[in-house]
Amino acid sequence: MRKGAPRLPALPLAPPRIGPFRREFWRSPLRGPWLSSVLGSALLPLIVLCAVTGFLSHIAYDPALGSNSPIGRGRGLDLHLFSWPTSPAWLFAAVQGVHIVSGIAAVPILLAKLWSVIPKLFEHPPLRSLAHALERASLALLVGGSLFVFFTGILNIELYYPWKFSFVPAHYYAAFIFLAALALHVGLKLPVMRRAFRSTGILRPLRDDLAHTTPEPPDTSDTVAIDPAPPTMSRRALLGWIGVASVGLAVTTAGQVAGGPLRPLAFLAPHGRSLGNGPNDFQVNKTAASRGIKLADTGPRWRLKLSGARDLRLSRDHLLALPQHTESLPIACVEGWSTTQSWTGVRLRDLARLAGASDGHELFVESLQKGGAFRTATLSTGQVADARSLLALKVNGADLSHDHGYPARIIVPALPGVLCTKWVSAMKFTRT
Amino acid sequence: MGIGDEVHSDMRPGARLRSRYGAGPLHLLATIASLAFSGYVIGQVFDGLFPWNFVLWFAGAIVAHDLIALPLYTVLDRLAQRGTKAPHGGRRSISALNHLRVPAALSGILFVVWFPLILRLSERRYLAATGQTANAYLGRWLLATAVLFACSGLAYALRLRAVRPMRPKG
Repeated sequence: MRKGAPRLPALPLAPPRIGPFRREFWRSPLRGPWLSSVLGSALLPLIVLCAVTGFLSHIAYDPALGSNSPIGRGRGLDLHLFSWPTSPAWLFAAVQGVHIVSGIAAVPILLAKLWSVIPKLFEHPPLRSLAHALERASLALLVGGSLFVFFTGILNIELYYPWKFSFVPAHYYAAFIFLAALALHVGLKLPVMRRAFRSTGILRPLRDDLAHTTPEPPDTSDTVAIDPAPPTMSRRALLGWIGVASVGLAVTTAGQVAGGPLRPLAFLAPHGRSLGNGPNDFQVNKTAASRGIKLADTGPRWRLKLSGARDLRLSRDHLLALPQHTESLPIACVEGWSTTQSWTGVRLRDLARLAGASDGHELFVESLQKGGAFRTATLSTGQVADARSLLALKVNGADLSHDHGYPARIIVPALPGVLCTKWVSAMKFTRT
Repeated sequence: MGIGDEVHSDMRPGARLRSRYGAGPLHLLATIASLAFSGYVIGQVFDGLFPWNFVLWFAGAIVAHDLIALPLYTVLDRLAQRGTKAPHGGRRSISALNHLRVPAALSGILFVVWFPLILRLSERRYLAATGQTANAYLGRWLLATAVLFACSGLAYALRLRAVRPMRPKG
């Protein structure tokens, strides 16, 4: 129904109608607007969930404070809509867990969705009108953006960086490109979806077994085969297959989010192994050796530089002599795993008072580690004031191990793991 | 009326735009809004983020999926279809095709998601981060693959048994 639109003059390099550019080339009897609509409807909620938790995770860094912003201070679209709360303590673990699980669970559906519309890549003529050209440009951003965002995220979980850009800003900005193209795509395709569901029924094609599986009625979307091969699988079998892949990936990833006895479920995930039963036998994100922490720096000569209204230098024995508090708190990583342990140490607000800093101070924390993106962290006034926020000296009744931040580390409820600085060397309370 | 609807009537507002542009005014507004926002974001990326490397991976992802991975698995699927085409009738009338496809795809998707660990591509970083080696993953993936194919094979055997004609006794 496009007779009103003049066709663009034929491009001099328009591909000849051979191979995949011929409609007859695409023979699957299952492709069509109904299948694409069902896959899209399954994919959209997962993407929304993954996007919302992704942006919440960004806000959890309190990017307005110090050098906390994971995309670098002062860059565009650096969302800091509210100050990240400390309750419930599992908030960051849940947000990040949902982000990773929904993203990984979406992969099989995304691949199936792309398969279902692949004939459109080769449609003829390649550009029908200006509207069509702009829409195809946006589709390139949609497809490239989806693949880029999902696969950079997944490779980051596995600590594999084959590219030259820095992961967080690239993942963050690509998400905006992807979501802008997705919003347009959903808006433009809603009528196609409504038409498909009206003509075949939303669920009716699921009733057909293999013998009754026939191609969808022809539609303007050009994905229905005009020379269909005999079906080898019913639509419900295809969707069941994709569903099993998606649920399977979700369950095996969720093991490292939930932790405890469920951790071994994540048998292919990076933090799916249990490390033993000792007090320090829980997941590590950066070992002392990898951060260049030397035993001599953490030995008896270690002093904590504490500053506020006055400057102090405290040994570990000094800190142990202060009132000790024990809190059961999760440590959760941006890579989607978490584990809850029992931490003992000095309350941050007690240290603030010791430094002569009354309420309403932020805290700048520095680590002994020489480099790395999160060598320092800034905590908000709310995080400093929370009674559960500790400078931890012990975990599960034993001294912290070197890998867990001996002689002292920060632990704050609902704070991303990378901001819970290990091997603390200096703490400075500053007025906002 | 959705914004992508292309129903025509010269009486409708925007009919002239429709004939020049190829779609209605809402299509034009939404498309410009989306592309202009993406342009702004791409500007942020070009502000000191190894921009060309970003563009390379972004475009490379499309090529790798649409022109390499998808044709590759389509060809493999065609081979499987040809290989499992059963002669008509007899106990072999149940196609083995899906019993091959389903475990292969499930094992494949596990590989697609976890290949850096399975192939130990980030071994050094993984050791630095977790204090553990990544030795275990290849074996675990092979084991998962074995279980998937074994279950599928078992299901196929049971289906074959179910349709086997009763042999006369004695």
